[in-house]
Amino acid sequence: MIRDHFRILAVDLAEGKGKVVTLEGRDTEVGGSGLAAVLFNKYGHVGKPWDHPDQPLIFTIGPLTGYFPLMSKTVCSFKSPYHDQYAESHAGGRSALALRFADLDGLVIVGKAKQPSCVLVGSRHLEVKDVHYMWGMEVDKAGKLLRRASSGSGHRSIMRIGPAGEHRSAMACINVDTYRHFGRLGGGGVMGAKNLKGIVVEGDGVFDLPKGKAYAELFEEVYKQLTTTDMMDKYHNLGTPVNVAVLNGLKALPCRNLQQTSDPNIEGITGERFADDALLRNTACSGCPVGCIHVGYVREKFMEPNQYLYRQVSYDHEPIFATGSMLGITDAFKTLGLMDAVEKMGLDVMSAGVALAWATEALEKGVISEHETLVPLAFGDAEGYREAIRYLGLAANDFYQLLAQGTMKAAEYYGGEDFACVLGQEMGGYATGEVFFASQSLGFRHSHLDSGGYSYDQKHTDRNLQGAVDFLVNDEQGRVFLTSMVSCLFAREVYKEELLGDCLKSLGYASLAENMQAVSHHIQKLRWETRLATGFNPAAVKIPMRFTEVTTWKGQVDGEFLDALKGEYAKRIIELGRKDEEDKA
Amino acid sequence: MKAAKILTTPRMERCIGCHSCSLACARLVHKRLSWDTAGIRIVSSGGLSTGFEAKPCLACSPAPCALACPTEAFSQRRGGGVIVKRKLCIRCGECAAACPVDAIYLDVATEPFVCIHCGRCVPFCPHDCLEMVEVPAEPSPEEEAKEVAS
Repeated sequence: MIRDHFRILAVDLAEGKGKVVTLEGRDTEVGGSGLAAVLFNKYGHVGKPWDHPDQPLIFTIGPLTGYFPLMSKTVCSFKSPYHDQYAESHAGGRSALALRFADLDGLVIVGKAKQPSCVLVGSRHLEVKDVHYMWGMEVDKAGKLLRRASSGSGHRSIMRIGPAGEHRSAMACINVDTYRHFGRLGGGGVMGAKNLKGIVVEGDGVFDLPKGKAYAELFEEVYKQLTTTDMMDKYHNLGTPVNVAVLNGLKALPCRNLQQTSDPNIEGITGERFADDALLRNTACSGCPVGCIHVGYVREKFMEPNQYLYRQVSYDHEPIFATGSMLGITDAFKTLGLMDAVEKMGLDVMSAGVALAWATEALEKGVISEHETLVPLAFGDAEGYREAIRYLGLAANDFYQLLAQGTMKAAEYYGGEDFACVLGQEMGGYATGEVFFASQSLGFRHSHLDSGGYSYDQKHTDRNLQGAVDFLVNDEQGRVFLTSMVSCLFAREVYKEELLGDCLKSLGYASLAENMQAVSHHIQKLRWETRLATGFNPAAVKIPMRFTEVTTWKGQVDGEFLDALKGEYAKRIIELGRKDEEDKA
Repeated sequence: MKAAKILTTPRMERCIGCHSCSLACARLVHKRLSWDTAGIRIVSSGGLSTGFEAKPCLACSPAPCALACPTEAFSQRRGGGVIVKRKLCIRCGECAAACPVDAIYLDVATEPFVCIHCGRCVPFCPHDCLEMVEVPAEPSPEEEAKEVAS
């Protein structure tokens, strides 16, 4: 519904009840990332640990969600089990439109359920339901049972965790509608700590639209732009896996725990190979005609002579890098098999792949032994990794329990910190150079999407410190506004400031449309203030030695430049997160 | 006489579940933001891993919903389906109960929403799942009488 305030549902799992709360701030914090920070400041506790029952798990959407195409993402925020600091993770699926049609700008979940439970929410419905029988279930099975336990087929979002979340893993994701994930920084662990197996949001509300033809005409114009530009080709055709061959060609693809930046056998896992051999179909987030989700399959012989089963697995560049090149596996079906194993456990695929890549090199170097890994791990051996993924999800022994809290935590205990590929969290699939390494290490979400550092690396060969840091800070500000809308960042080339302003005005948000610059700066600051208040010290971030040993198409990474970038970017973040700056202004 | 057209969904195997068709119908025909109050609604056919189904009106002739309607809010449309006159509707819900394929959505006030075969959803499908097709003209009562006589 179009409104000048936020309508929030705050659910207390211990009580089994919820409360509808009205909050001001549409013109200043917008929604999405901005609203999530407001809600964390209202419901969160800076001084209490991440798994304290009082800590909130927050889901927010934006003012354009459902009203315009590709405004199809949800922001999830929480105090992270990964670093015990404020964090955001983003996902699509049906989550955003389901929240819109449940008539909620935000859903906040606090407390801890007495027994394993799920939350069922709709525009006229709230229930905290006992699902003790689901505890221990893998993600796919839990999804099927939650489907049976709720109504609204086609118009609901089913979010759930697997064993990794139940074990409070800092690498546990929240699976959204089978093929999407709040992947990073351990949102699944937060649900596990709350005894919360699943959340079903039923989008059963109906709202009036603005009078007159202007809104429908603008929608059509935006829809046309989104479906006729090269965006469709880029994300719909091969999808993000097109990057695998491109980055490999640039010597910028992390391979074998980043000991290499290209693999001579890459053609087995390129986007083209996946499309030719393994692609079953595309699917989409609700409200997005692009349909970037690529679904492949795994086929397993479970009995002789010819008894097979098959499962469908979504793939992207990041999962291919994490379960493919990073582990030395260059067979599309073998990587899909590993992605499938990761999905079942409810792990974040990038974190799991990078963690096991480190474990493999640590085993090779004698830093750890098979006593720790339980199975022999070797680059290229998919079978070993398949078992290790299961051990990681189940936190099967002390080693895997520690590894599930973060690769660097395991490395600090066992050794091998120099070659732990951690940039704030396990690295993304880009070894493009200094700007990306600094960007992910310090970025708000420690994500390649915080700002386009990987793209800057590819377009610049100079060592312009100020230019690069200005780019990171300014790009982040633009993206923060989009993630407050909450737009898919794939649409960022279409949703430029002018078009966003038109969209906001068409729904009656004229004041917001006129203040986008000031508002985005305010939200950028608010997020950093919140993060810094929970303990983040950008100046203390270390980048492991492995990243300075990398050779890309530009030559060897310049350690001094990387260090200078990190120092300068940290300074800028500390300035942004300083509470008094805005008050003085 | 111009041939009647109906909406068909011949290529649903291609559907990506974006709901653009439902949202377009609700926006353009019913002036609402919704994926329910629409003449075409998309559901997963047994979980997301099994693809999607559309729930459109199949353009029955005679239409059971029109026959069930006690107030002539629904009347038979030439070429199949129904013509809807909202002002005549008393919100009894008999139309939805009579529909054999669950193509009529009743909102909370029991107002029925059904496809009127206008085709405004078709251009919003990115995978060309939907198509307006001409239906053979039905014989007029005079023509029918002639056939019987001969």
